[in-house]
Amino acid sequence: MAQKSGRIVAVTGNEAVAEALRQINPDVSAAYPITPATDIMQRFTGFVSDGKVKTEMILVESEHSAMSGCIGAAAAGGRVMTATSSQGLALMWEELFIASGTRLPIVMALVNRALSAPLNIHGDHSDGMGARDCGWIQLWSENAQEAYDNTIQAFRIAEHMDIRLPIMVCLDGFIISHSIERIEYIDDDAVSKLVGEYKQLNPLLDLEHPVSYGPLILPDYYMEYRKAHAEVMSKVPGIVLDVAKDFEKISGRKYGLFEEYRLDDAEIGLVILNSAAGTSKDVIDSFREKGIKAGLLKPRLFRPFPYDEIGNALKHLKAICVLDRADAFGGSYGPLFIDIAASLYPHKNGPVLINKIYGLGGRDYMPSHAELVLNELVEIVKTGKVKMIKEYIAVRE
Amino acid sequence: MATPLTLKELSKKEILLTSGHRMCSGCGAPIIVKMVLLASDYPIVAANATGCLEVSTCISDYTAWKIPWIHNAFENAAATLSGVETMYRSLKKQGKIDKEIKFIAFGGDGGTYDIGLQSLSGAMERGHDMLYVCYDNGAYMNTGIQRSSATPYGADTTTCPAGSVIHGKPQPRKNLTKIMAAHDIPYVAQASPSNWSDLVKKVKKALEIKGPKFMNILSPCNRGWRSRTDDAIMLSRLAVETCYWPLYEIENGVTKVTFKPKEKKPLVDFLKPQGRFKHLFAPENENMLKNFQEMVDKEWGVLLKASGTE
Repeated sequence: MAQKSGRIVAVTGNEAVAEALRQINPDVSAAYPITPATDIMQRFTGFVSDGKVKTEMILVESEHSAMSGCIGAAAAGGRVMTATSSQGLALMWEELFIASGTRLPIVMALVNRALSAPLNIHGDHSDGMGARDCGWIQLWSENAQEAYDNTIQAFRIAEHMDIRLPIMVCLDGFIISHSIERIEYIDDDAVSKLVGEYKQLNPLLDLEHPVSYGPLILPDYYMEYRKAHAEVMSKVPGIVLDVAKDFEKISGRKYGLFEEYRLDDAEIGLVILNSAAGTSKDVIDSFREKGIKAGLLKPRLFRPFPYDEIGNALKHLKAICVLDRADAFGGSYGPLFIDIAASLYPHKNGPVLINKIYGLGGRDYMPSHAELVLNELVEIVKTGKVKMIKEYIAVRE
Repeated sequence: MATPLTLKELSKKEILLTSGHRMCSGCGAPIIVKMVLLASDYPIVAANATGCLEVSTCISDYTAWKIPWIHNAFENAAATLSGVETMYRSLKKQGKIDKEIKFIAFGGDGGTYDIGLQSLSGAMERGHDMLYVCYDNGAYMNTGIQRSSATPYGADTTTCPAGSVIHGKPQPRKNLTKIMAAHDIPYVAQASPSNWSDLVKKVKKALEIKGPKFMNILSPCNRGWRSRTDDAIMLSRLAVETCYWPLYEIENGVTKVTFKPKEKKPLVDFLKPQGRFKHLFAPENENMLKNFQEMVDKEWGVLLKASGTE
């Protein structure tokens, strides 16, 4: 494996993301404070005040204006980023669709947090899941290292001339954003080289070639534009893998569309996003020690969702539990479960699927929870019987 | 060199909002936009809030705009243009752009007085170098004449219809020009397309000033005002001459009335030709006409006092 002269530091997830943004040095950022993402922009504006970046900040009066400002700046013709969480993302909702429909490569750190009501500032995935169909690319991150690495790769993916779409890098609020971990930073030069100069496409500030952004498009052509967007989305996985290859050359760290952990010969498995995957892997190891063939799949590229690849990676299992840190109210199952079920739909005699909702509003996910779930899967394989397809765990009745 | 302010000279300049757009005939908005763009001796990049002007000037695959133009959504023309202007400053600082560009946002009263007020206030407070132009036709005309906070007292709209119990809009209009002046920005002005020279002068002055500027321009709408198609300029002149729509500017905190009618006409001269005020002329609504006249007189008095021209 190629490697590398990284600095090893102990930092929080937010600090790591802010450091990646310093290294990338965008032209403009528009941002508004919200827990737990605030800290990213706080640290970043420190870099601005100290002249460590060339970025011009727009310190707006709401998240709606933050995304509106990012859209204006990106259309003008430069590299743009922001960060938010929860209610902030919800307030941006209208603008998320406009950013993607206008094909603007804005990068946003989404520090995942629960949605009101009741008001809760802690980590869960309701915000990101609520934005899963808004035409953005989503990369999810298990820990501070992945959040840092994904942030760097995000610019390359979003700005790729075949893509030109906005992208969110998701990391768990507090659990990752505010916990200190060991991280390996890449050298500034290597990061700038990987990310490269920003390439403009139809910039609004080009006076010689005046363009109109944001036309009205009626039933005669609207559908063609949406189809074009869907087609661009389908090119994303290939670009994500290409960028991951280049990233591996400067970091020694390997990324795919998802991570498979002890999955090859597994009979039972967990599918889980972000920080809880780390806890789960430890428990998988202890089950392996007991001779139980357990494995795990952790999606990284959640939008667009790599259905074929994930379906193929899971089809040989006998029973799977998909753990969701968000519920899709009225949709019967959690959002991740619905996608995993869809990815296995083409595979006859595929695994039995169950769904657990865990960790909402920052409720701790403990190794004991993973144990309970894995034991239930063992039982399902043994008896062929499923007690309940979907269930909330670690919750008062 | 700056274009001299004569119709002869202005008429030699290129019209930057082309004909062939789909605004209603007799609409005030495109007249205003053309005047504003003619006034500039600089290249302009414009932002547009969702509304009549926006939906009628850029229907894919056509655009009436010969200048760079961006529409984002309804409530955020100011925030969007903040982003454009900030990217301009960033790229200029980096030596990637050298031209002097001016930035103008256009929004209707719905997108400015109401849903876009926060975004506008934020952009003004942050000090972006931009001119925000509100073309105020006094209601949500694009969606079909619903009342806005700019709708005048007593006006009949589709959401405050003149009925047997409620006689049009019960509240007076919001004084947005004053609210913008309270931001202590370097330049705020009110203008009317009837007084083209005053309007063009104000735009020219605004564009020479660094920082955030705001202009509120009365924009007659024959659909919503229930008036004749060819009455836009006549009505905007009556609005000025009755002091319903006073022409003034506030430059660095100093208020100046830029047009004082020789003889202030009674408000009914402005109201009478408009169907939206028809019910006010019924005998039982006489007191509403009186109230309305008093509101106009009071505001005009305050303005004269502020400008020291009582």
